[in-house]
Amino acid sequence: MKIIKSIGLLLFIAGFSIFISTFFSANYKLSEDVLSAQLGDAAKIESFKEHADFIGESITSNFAFVAKLDEVFRSVNQEKLSQFGISEPEIDKLVNSNQGKFDISTISLFGDDETGQYKQKTFKDYGGWLDGREFGSQEEIRSQISNVVENIKKYQIVNEKGFDKYKIKDLKYSITKASSMGKVSDSPGLFLLLTYVLCIVGALMYILPKIEDGPPGIKNNGIFHSAMKNVGWLGILTGSFLIVFYIVLYFYPEYMTNWIIMVDPVSQFLKGSDAGRFFLYGFIYTLCILVMGVRMIIKYRHSKYQIVRTFSVMFFQTAFAFLIPEILLRLNQPYFDFKNIWPLDYDFFFDNELNTLMANGSIGVFMLGWGIALIIIGVPVFVYFFGKRWYCSWVCGCGGLAETLGDPYRQLSDKSLKAWKVERWMIHAVLAFAIVMTGGVLYTYWTGSSELFGVSSYDVRSVYGAWIGAGFAGVVGTGFYPLMGNRVWCRYGCPLAAYLGIVQRFKSRFRITTNGGQCISCGNCSTYCEMGIDVRWYAQRGQNIVRSSCVGCGVCSSVCPRGVLNLENADSDSRFSEPLLIGNDGVKISS
Amino acid sequence: MKHVVIIGNGIAGVTAARHIRKLSDYDITIISAESDYFWSRTALMYVYMGHMKLKHTQPYENWFWEKNRINLLNDYVKTIDHASKKVVLDKSEAMSYDVLIIATGAKPNKFGWPGQDLEGVSGMVSQQDLAYIEKYTKNINRGVIVGGGLIGVELAEMLASRNIPVSFLVREEEFWDNVLPQQEASMISRHIREHHIDLRLRTELKEILADENGRVKAVITGDGKEIPCQFVGLTAGVSPNIEMVKNSGIETKRGVLVDEFMETNIPGIYAIGDCAERRTPAPGRAPVEQVWYTGRMMGETVAKTICGEKTEYLPGHWFNSAKFFDIEYQTYGRVWNKLKENEAEFYWEHASGKIAMHFVYDQTSKKFLGVNTFGIRLRHEVFDRWLKQEADIFTVLSGLREANFDPEFFKRYEEEIVNAFNAAHPGKEVVLKGKKSIIEKIFG
Repeated sequence: MKIIKSIGLLLFIAGFSIFISTFFSANYKLSEDVLSAQLGDAAKIESFKEHADFIGESITSNFAFVAKLDEVFRSVNQEKLSQFGISEPEIDKLVNSNQGKFDISTISLFGDDETGQYKQKTFKDYGGWLDGREFGSQEEIRSQISNVVENIKKYQIVNEKGFDKYKIKDLKYSITKASSMGKVSDSPGLFLLLTYVLCIVGALMYILPKIEDGPPGIKNNGIFHSAMKNVGWLGILTGSFLIVFYIVLYFYPEYMTNWIIMVDPVSQFLKGSDAGRFFLYGFIYTLCILVMGVRMIIKYRHSKYQIVRTFSVMFFQTAFAFLIPEILLRLNQPYFDFKNIWPLDYDFFFDNELNTLMANGSIGVFMLGWGIALIIIGVPVFVYFFGKRWYCSWVCGCGGLAETLGDPYRQLSDKSLKAWKVERWMIHAVLAFAIVMTGGVLYTYWTGSSELFGVSSYDVRSVYGAWIGAGFAGVVGTGFYPLMGNRVWCRYGCPLAAYLGIVQRFKSRFRITTNGGQCISCGNCSTYCEMGIDVRWYAQRGQNIVRSSCVGCGVCSSVCPRGVLNLENADSDSRFSEPLLIGNDGVKISS
Repeated sequence: MKHVVIIGNGIAGVTAARHIRKLSDYDITIISAESDYFWSRTALMYVYMGHMKLKHTQPYENWFWEKNRINLLNDYVKTIDHASKKVVLDKSEAMSYDVLIIATGAKPNKFGWPGQDLEGVSGMVSQQDLAYIEKYTKNINRGVIVGGGLIGVELAEMLASRNIPVSFLVREEEFWDNVLPQQEASMISRHIREHHIDLRLRTELKEILADENGRVKAVITGDGKEIPCQFVGLTAGVSPNIEMVKNSGIETKRGVLVDEFMETNIPGIYAIGDCAERRTPAPGRAPVEQVWYTGRMMGETVAKTICGEKTEYLPGHWFNSAKFFDIEYQTYGRVWNKLKENEAEFYWEHASGKIAMHFVYDQTSKKFLGVNTFGIRLRHEVFDRWLKQEADIFTVLSGLREANFDPEFFKRYEEEIVNAFNAAHPGKEVVLKGKKSIIEKIFG
């Protein structure tokens, strides 16, 4: 058994090393075909080519290749701006031609040649409103004109003649992916085998023999002596890798094209098209939940609650989060995760999402209705009957990852009173942010106006997307598993958890009960509570645990050596009964 | 302001302090030489096993004490001078008190075995013991544990968790059969062996042998066998820790002698927890009871008395719990290791040999007297109610569904238990109350 485990570990390390090495080992060659396929527009292809001296050349590092692309986009934009942008001397002239009052006809000074006409047209579009305005000073006129000129550059020229920042981001990724040469793109299937499959086989060979380690039961032996599970060097290394992985995934996908190419065969098989970065993410995510789910089931095989619950998260991730949306795409239906709920699913009400659903006939309308029904009926009704656990530790994808991949780190959550205070402020602030952001988005959707109280709803949503959606939920949420425990996002950030928690706290049949006077204050429950609830505080005074944050994972009950804790659904009025310790007949103890 | 001094920061002393604070504005000082802060002694094993760090065993955060104006002093009480109402300390000046609570706990028994003080021999009670065990079990080939009680099996589990081979010397016929009935004692013995512990029943310690450096190298058992080992754990029970009380004029026997209000022969001096011995025990109870729960309840009671409401220590129906490796144990009421006069029993054991229930009731009146449960959690509240109501065995068995405290989806055994009882006791048939839940129907 020990040998199988060691071989498994070696296979895993081998697969993982190959995975890492492919990040650095790609070769890139930008061909004219790729360029025309990716850029489409003939004028843009032409200007790109003028600035790209490396077409057809082989470049051996993703960093060098992406840097060259960056340089091309930069110089194209610079050239187009200096060609079509209104220059400082022209601004001076325009200011001098308008004394006290602005007259739009003065823009004729830009000339009548091609660029002059372009300048006139764009200035009219962006600065037409200046016509006839009176100004107190020339400085005022200058500042208004300069603003107009800047806006033209920022929003018109780079977009029309050059490449704006969103386009650049997309193009960097798609050009790099299409230009990847070398072993991985030659045989993605082989590398799929050498990385993902090798890692899965290795991990299972390491995990499965644990059945033979001894009779079923809680075996948390050595957790706080472990370099992986107690923020030792291995944990810090793992956390750092996860953080870097998420930053690359969300913000710099162009560097990880080799990893995406490897899953192209899987994507082709499922939906008939090549993989994108979020297909890769979903693929790895699902594998982690499945493989580490097996580990979870073996570890807690004495507890049927844990077994059933783990099967549930494995099922919902594989079917609802991964397969069904991809199959929907294959059937030309909108991508839809039927178990994702706003505000965790923060872009549910975004205009592009709504338009996609509306454009897809009755199935789209059904999806929209389903999503809204989950928010306004599903959440309160199910939380009333079962507590928020029905979602957080049975269905949710974030919860699923936390309960499987994250299980080895659950003991790292902070149990202090201070952490609880921070948690309450933070999670409800994110909920408020999500509501305000969505309100703004819907306002824009219905009125067509992006400005609300002087702020652009597009800016608000992009701030939310970057800082909460990617930064908090992704980078911190998972990257911090080995540093702060497996529920950092769920505890401090998830707006849906906040909403579920409010219902759980105020109107639910769910509670954790304590068994009379049996608590010995040992602290296993608090230590292994991933949400950082000081469970012992309640158990040792004989008080029901009713906390908005409790996700009902049931591990407190599993690790209790004296049979004190139990997750129960019962009459909602009896939840807040007086603390009661049974056993001392001489004294009535009210805590 | 009245100054209450408490010697010992275990569960008894700390509970007393907390309740005195709830009930009064008295100055409170807790003195301990073992640790700065209250921690849960019952969790000692988990620290060694790496389930927890020492800080996780502290039931209250460090700010708690200052916030609740409970002074903590790390010092050792050398003697008590009750004439001038002072405790004499090791490090600091003598401290005056108005009320003194002795809650000094217990220490491991040593029965004068040759070699019992060698290097590498330890009990398992204090943080100092833990550090010692940590030091002396590094890279060893075998540990020997002497004494088959709750601490002994914990120590066996501790060493086994680090893959250290363990020989476990138990004087009795089966593990802990001076407390557990034979059926359960034998079940637990099997389970201990399942964990590859070299359990040696009916075996006593004769001598511990030293190597040339004065370190343990082997033990000799009562039957003359030599077991080479590098560590010996002495877990043959504990005795009240009353060193500083002796010769102070406070009466002691095994422990500090107290009346029903936990007061010693000196007015204003109380003793609670493992170190206390009742002159006249409460009905059905032992004079010295060394479990977590009684320590806590004595603390609750003495706080009342000290704060002006004189309260007798009246523990309710007996309950206790433990865990033997993977098998959880709870007990409510009294199940003695051997049936007492006019007691009848019903024992059920699952085919797995790891789940069992043992009921004891009065032969004539059928009054329920107690239950031992293994591998099935039972509700304290329900059993306490049945014991108080003097319910009969039929009521208890038919109400087993209500009394179950296992997590959802767990297999339920009530029907099997009741059927087994009915088969063994023809006549009045017990009918199980309540219905199967949907979950039970699907997963049961």
